[in-house]
Amino acid sequence: MNPKLKNALKRNAVGYLFLSPWLLGLIGLSALPILASLYFSFTRYDMLTAPDWIGLENYRAMFGDQKWRNSMKVTLIYVFLGVPLQLIFALSVAMMLNRGIRGLRIYRAIYYVPSLFGGSVAVALLWRQLFGGEGLVNLLLRQIGLPGYNWIASPDTALYTLIVLKVWQFGAPMVIFLAALKQVPAELYEASRIDGAGRWKQFWRITLPLITPIVFFNVVMQTIQAFQAFTPAYIVSRGTGGPLDSTLFYTLYLYQKGFTHFQMGYAASMAWLLLIVIAFVTAMLFLSARRWVYYQE
Amino acid sequence: MQRILHTWKHGKWLTHLLIIAGGFIMIYPLLWLVSASFKPNTEIFKSGSFIPATFTLENYRYGWQGLSGVTFGHFFLNTFMLVAVCIVGNIISCSLAAFAFARLEFALRKVWFALMLVTMMLPFHVTIIPQYIMFNQLDMVNTYWPLMLPKFFAVEGFFVFLMVQFIRSIPRELDEAVKIDGGGPFKLYGYLIMPLALPAIITTTIFTFIWTWNDFFAQMLYISELKLYTVSLGLRMFLDAMGQNQWGAMFAMSTLSLIPLFVVFVFFQRYLIEGIATGSLKG
Repeated sequence: MNPKLKNALKRNAVGYLFLSPWLLGLIGLSALPILASLYFSFTRYDMLTAPDWIGLENYRAMFGDQKWRNSMKVTLIYVFLGVPLQLIFALSVAMMLNRGIRGLRIYRAIYYVPSLFGGSVAVALLWRQLFGGEGLVNLLLRQIGLPGYNWIASPDTALYTLIVLKVWQFGAPMVIFLAALKQVPAELYEASRIDGAGRWKQFWRITLPLITPIVFFNVVMQTIQAFQAFTPAYIVSRGTGGPLDSTLFYTLYLYQKGFTHFQMGYAASMAWLLLIVIAFVTAMLFLSARRWVYYQE
Repeated sequence: MQRILHTWKHGKWLTHLLIIAGGFIMIYPLLWLVSASFKPNTEIFKSGSFIPATFTLENYRYGWQGLSGVTFGHFFLNTFMLVAVCIVGNIISCSLAAFAFARLEFALRKVWFALMLVTMMLPFHVTIIPQYIMFNQLDMVNTYWPLMLPKFFAVEGFFVFLMVQFIRSIPRELDEAVKIDGGGPFKLYGYLIMPLALPAIITTTIFTFIWTWNDFFAQMLYISELKLYTVSLGLRMFLDAMGQNQWGAMFAMSTLSLIPLFVVFVFFQRYLIEGIATGSLKG
């Protein structure tokens, strides 16, 4: 054999050997399952009898399903209220911590702790107590003479307790902002200070433009994650999504359809629609990035 | 820099005060959780204080019992075992893929790398139904296989990405030394890159620990047998038995469940914080 060809073959063989676990995973655990769930989304399937092809029926049923529409609405409120609030807190606190103060490490750790624990069942259970009728929040409200309220049991407020839980975990994006803020050259502040710019102006003219790539990164990552939130809604509502479906996150409804009612076809069509929605929102973010994300060089 | 610091100095005590007050509000619920776990049930709903009026360990004793003779000790052991295997799986599979992406030349490399980035953004719900059906047909429901096996196939792109970034920062000149000694790619991977990539491996270990420890959805999906329950599933049982006398026990076990995370955080804070930051900054 041609030695050059032999060399190239060997190089590829070695490369693919190292890549093989990942590649097998990509095919067997990602690509094929995604295609399979696309197929299931066109069927009626209860896991006991063979899938029954029904075309677009699941998708049609979905749009007519009051509960589905509601779960989409609840999730969109959670994402579009929770993510911006969380990031505003993250950036504000990061700015405060970035003033060259002492004890940064300890402060950063304290603000990060909620992000460390936030996704756990333990914290979701705690939230149930905090915002329950007899919970800690009401206890404190009554101590200062305000009336209590059953935050978890009321359909008007239950979702907002989950948004508070999301915002509470601003530590992770805050750490990312802090790292980005450290890279803004101090000379720029000095120059603008000589030009007479106040701190407010400095923030809008220097800090924010320079960290827009990181803002963008945080927005994309947190948005994708928020769409998939499950544990808090499940635990706080005891798996029901109540009261009156006010905390029925999209993923929770998907879980109920697929794994308690065993309507796998319907659940698969829900999953595919979620994929499309996330892809659409992400694409919109990337498109908008051209207008507001500032890349150096 | 000095001048900026100086001009801000006047307002500095105020900044500290604000940060401390804010930080206190942030961790108040957690501090209260820990203190509630030492209070008798009757006191939990009456006191927002951190110091229990009556200090008791009864909640821990009662909560630890678990259900039908399966104790929380069992759940903890199960979870530690599961976490350990997941860590091993992630380290091996993700580092192999990362090494290939960062150091080897082969056809379609850029295509695969782009696909890897795309998988990081996919909602896992779109794969979970066929995966569940597959594991069900393989008779693996109610075993840990569906939770462990995927880790050996580098399904978590985040770790591959993290390691690729890290390996790329290792100077190529070092590779030459191995090559001059006649070492091939396997030697390069085993003797040079893996030891030097230790920080990235530690970060992977920590994140795998935290994510597996906190996981609930997949564990609930695949595990229904009490003996196989993880800590997350053990805690969920408190939702079903929600009498007044359960709250103390629930808080006690919740507190215990957070301790391993806290310990990891305290000892490996640097890797955790750097892992979060590098994932975004170098990307």
